[in-house]
Amino acid sequence: MNAQDEAVIDVANLSVDISVPAGQLHAVSDISFSVGPGKTLCLVGESGCGKTITSLALMRLLPRSARLSATHIRFDGRDLSKISEKEMAALRGNRLGMIFQDPMTSLNPVYRIGDQLEEVYLRHRGGPRAKARERAHFLLEKVGIINPGQRLTQYPHQLSGGLRQRMMIAMMLMCEPRMLIADEPTTALDVTVQVQILNLLRELQQEFNTAMILITHNLGVVARMADHVAVMYAGRIVEQGTAEQVFRQPAHPYTRGLLECIPRHGQSAHHDKLGSIPGIVPSLVGKIEGCSFRNRCLYVHDGCQSGAIAMQQAISGQNYRCLLAPHEVSGASIAKAENMA
Amino acid sequence: MSAATADTEAPVLEIKDLSRVFHIGKGWLNAGKPLRAVDNISLTVRRGEVLAIVGESGCGKTTLSRLMLGLQPPTSGSIMAGGQPLTGIDRKAFARNVQPVFQDPYSSLNPRKTIASIIGDPLEIHAVGTPQERQARVIEVMEQVGLPRRFMHSYPSQMSGGQRQRVAIARALVMRPEVLICDEPTSALDVSVQAQILNLLQDLRRELNLTYVFISHDLSVVEYMADIVAVMYLGRFVEVGPAREVLNTPRHPYTQALLDSILTPEAGKGLPKIDLVAGFPDPLNPPPGCRFHPRCTKAMDICKSVQPARLHQGRNEIECHLYSETKQSA
Repeated sequence: MNAQDEAVIDVANLSVDISVPAGQLHAVSDISFSVGPGKTLCLVGESGCGKTITSLALMRLLPRSARLSATHIRFDGRDLSKISEKEMAALRGNRLGMIFQDPMTSLNPVYRIGDQLEEVYLRHRGGPRAKARERAHFLLEKVGIINPGQRLTQYPHQLSGGLRQRMMIAMMLMCEPRMLIADEPTTALDVTVQVQILNLLRELQQEFNTAMILITHNLGVVARMADHVAVMYAGRIVEQGTAEQVFRQPAHPYTRGLLECIPRHGQSAHHDKLGSIPGIVPSLVGKIEGCSFRNRCLYVHDGCQSGAIAMQQAISGQNYRCLLAPHEVSGASIAKAENMA
Repeated sequence: MSAATADTEAPVLEIKDLSRVFHIGKGWLNAGKPLRAVDNISLTVRRGEVLAIVGESGCGKTTLSRLMLGLQPPTSGSIMAGGQPLTGIDRKAFARNVQPVFQDPYSSLNPRKTIASIIGDPLEIHAVGTPQERQARVIEVMEQVGLPRRFMHSYPSQMSGGQRQRVAIARALVMRPEVLICDEPTSALDVSVQAQILNLLQDLRRELNLTYVFISHDLSVVEYMADIVAVMYLGRFVEVGPAREVLNTPRHPYTQALLDSILTPEAGKGLPKIDLVAGFPDPLNPPPGCRFHPRCTKAMDICKSVQPARLHQGRNEIECHLYSETKQSA
């Protein structure tokens, strides 16, 4: 991430704490990343790891009980952690677009598609409705909808899941955002539709030079879409690097574990078992000491129990949050340790 | 799949010409529009096999699973499990043999019952043994699925998604059924938990010689689990065969497209281009001829008017004009 000056978004030390009856829940702890124009950063991790809270924090849509703190969240010459709610509202849907997981619930069922798309434009750009309609028409064609004129007059329930997600993408593009946050955009869709929607996002991103933060638990989607990857576990980034680095030579034991959990082509149960990560995610309430992955880790030792675990650089170039030395996490030696375990 | 296959043992599950038609928009004087959710499906599953049914949402896989569980009566055709017909008087005897595991462990367990009573419920319904024997059986099954005994008096809300799915599996196993119908059993779970549940299902199959009908849209999971794969499209099986053959050398263009859309976790490969015309057809107005032809890039003239015949070859079946003799004569 040497292109920090030209990054569309630059997040430094973002934390989100949520007040719960038992105390403070550290949903996101001290994460930093930046995304350049036309680039994709994938946040990947299992449920409860803080990836959705991160996206809501960037959009400033956190619940009232949550408290955000950050050194800065630089976007478009402003600091999103400091600007007023009014300024933030002017950015959402305008310079900053977001697509949610479920296209069934993120469109308003009682308004026509056309009205919902035009509203975004009229809200931020003003001007005659005809101009907004023209833009909506243009964008529906862009997202591959065959007869846009007719579709604009329909209601969400008249469309399939794939079409609705295309509508969401078109709506998000109404004001040409500089950055797009997509939270599990294809999880609710069929596999063939998923590939079509991802291809579409990729093409549009290239055409409009949009920075994208893609949030998903699907490692296949990450590998195929990401320029950079941040693997999250228990509210922290545990491994961060280019997609090549992370997938070719995963360094953190958690990343390795995740990759072994996925059935591969050619693998069948008659031959070998899937890897699995024993145990469960620790509670994030209260003070967190040591490595949060230690109760599930094959390589745990006394040093993991306390203190803060710093990021270090692996031989293949990515950063990872683990006490194992770089030569210990390169492919061969971890495999050996696993055989012994 | 006739009796000619030299298998002495009767199939555990045998379905013949099964159809289910719904009438949409039915009113007092209105007959409604027919929707053929399951259209003339036949299959046999042998003891210890895993049959996987794959297809997109709306293709009828869930309706098929509900028919196999007896939750809905078929419009026509028959289902036999372990020699017992489903449509007979004795529903309970059938249910003893065939048990479900559903997709969502959050909604398939009663939140107001303890784990022990959820798992023990089928025993009570079937009036098996004394209360002591029932409790012993519950403990035994909990051990089999890897649930510690201390969970007996817990409620579902106190458990994680993976643990709940273990409860659902335990409840299915408590009656010692021969067949489990698993409808997307891991798609609501995280990958690390999914791996645990898939491993558990495989272990149980070996230990108890179970037979699974495994419904999923995730082809990498299907490849890991299945012996036989059936690819479903708009209510019909378009390709059936041994998993290794169907997934390594797919013949039907739809199977090929499904396989192309698997995203393996390999960086730098980019997104696949799939050979498929977009848009799932309206099941109320299925296209004439081969139902897949509007999306098929290899469609010929004959596909638009003639429904392809089902071709059998050993355990392989296919419905596609690319492989039928009518192609040459047409």
